[in-house]
Amino acid sequence: MLQKIYDWIDDRIDITPIWRDIADHEVPEHVNPAHHFSAFVYCFGGLTFFVVVIQILSGMFLTMYYVPDIENAWKSVYYLQTEVAHGQIVRGMHHWGASVVVVMLLLHTMRVFFQGAYKKPRELNWMVGVLIFFVMLGLGFTGYLLPWDNKAYFATQVGLEIAEQVPFIGTHLKTLLAGDADIVGAQTLTRFFAIHVFFLPAALFGLLAVHFILIRRQGIAGPL
Amino acid sequence: MQRGKGMKFVGDSRISAESKPNIPKDYSEYPGRTEAFWPNFLLKEWLVGSVFLVGFLSLTLAHPSPLEGVADPTDAAYIPLPDWYFLFLYELLKYDFASGPYVLFGILIIPGLAFGGLLLAPFLDKGPGRRPHRRPIAVTMMLLGLASVIWLTYESAAAVDWEARAEENKPVPESDIEIDQEDPGYAIFESNCMSCHGEDLSGGSAGPSLIGTEHSPEEIGDIAKNGIGSMPADQFTGSDEELKQLVDFIVSVNEQAE
Repeated sequence: MLQKIYDWIDDRIDITPIWRDIADHEVPEHVNPAHHFSAFVYCFGGLTFFVVVIQILSGMFLTMYYVPDIENAWKSVYYLQTEVAHGQIVRGMHHWGASVVVVMLLLHTMRVFFQGAYKKPRELNWMVGVLIFFVMLGLGFTGYLLPWDNKAYFATQVGLEIAEQVPFIGTHLKTLLAGDADIVGAQTLTRFFAIHVFFLPAALFGLLAVHFILIRRQGIAGPL
Repeated sequence: MQRGKGMKFVGDSRISAESKPNIPKDYSEYPGRTEAFWPNFLLKEWLVGSVFLVGFLSLTLAHPSPLEGVADPTDAAYIPLPDWYFLFLYELLKYDFASGPYVLFGILIIPGLAFGGLLLAPFLDKGPGRRPHRRPIAVTMMLLGLASVIWLTYESAAAVDWEARAEENKPVPESDIEIDQEDPGYAIFESNCMSCHGEDLSGGSAGPSLIGTEHSPEEIGDIAKNGIGSMPADQFTGSDEELKQLVDFIVSVNEQAE
């Protein structure tokens, strides 16, 4: 039955080559921890992606309850945390995942750096990876405000004050992020929400796609 | 790819009518013990992922995600702290060479050089050698950068009493408790306690919330007279009867809150 469905689809859109492109690639011996235990360092990138997937899924579930509004943001998080079944676990996954993803990214970056794997021909993929790191820090910064507790509010205020001190564009930058030149308030929360949920994830998905396509195209760097 | 005459397509599409067999490549030709990603290696990755997920979920269960009290822009006593992975930047701004008139060093030049160097590493370190000892400058710069980030983070985090911070900023849901202002205890609360513990007993910058207190009525009376922790003694000055009214009032509000 399944084979028939597959054949029916394959007959029309020829998915076999696409599937072989995705599934058919070699895993060289030097990156396989089953053969050399020290190769576990090659797991960091994959685990980073795994945590990113956790972040996406838990974040999607959080938006089912979260309200980006200064009256209700904190209340919705408090409700989620105390009343909703497993709400604490889902929010916990998103909260700790944000830290774990930074740790895994750092480990992955260090592995690539100290192995010199960014050298020709992989310069572009290194730069895409560093951009992913920046996007991830941006997600951390914007996500921090969303629970609208004291920690969130005052840390964001400090962050915006730092942005304001940038010469020439500082005040514009602050207004762009906060929605107002002085107030950290309702506008700021909705803007940070939009940046956290739409703008940066869009950038992240694009960069991740490029990162993975380049890996498939260039293969993993050979053994040292 | 087959091209040219004699090709058959599905309908008027560009899909070839001849389907290709869905067979994996043969990896025995590859060097060493190369194996196929799907399904051989993915199964092992799946196992690593499962172990990782168990560890991660244990962390989430053991440490519920923190939430502080609702944002209060008027709370001037609050000391802001960013997430731990921004602490190093935050700490950097405390140094003389990176703050005040030199703040541009702290917010733009130093982080810009560090992150710019990271972004452009492949163009700064162009030699062919990949082993760390064959590119001493790049590796030394990275180790220095890494050490300073770790040091700054440690310096910043070590100066904070995290437990006291969490204790002070516990989330208190907005109370729908009606405070009986006719209660004789309320007047005593107003003149003795309100300036620190807030109009609705929910605490303020100087004193914690009295709602949800774990102290017994006798202890409350004792604390009002003798203080506790950073609360000085003799906050309450009045007769024993007034003290009893005050304690009854606090206890009644607590009962209502349950």
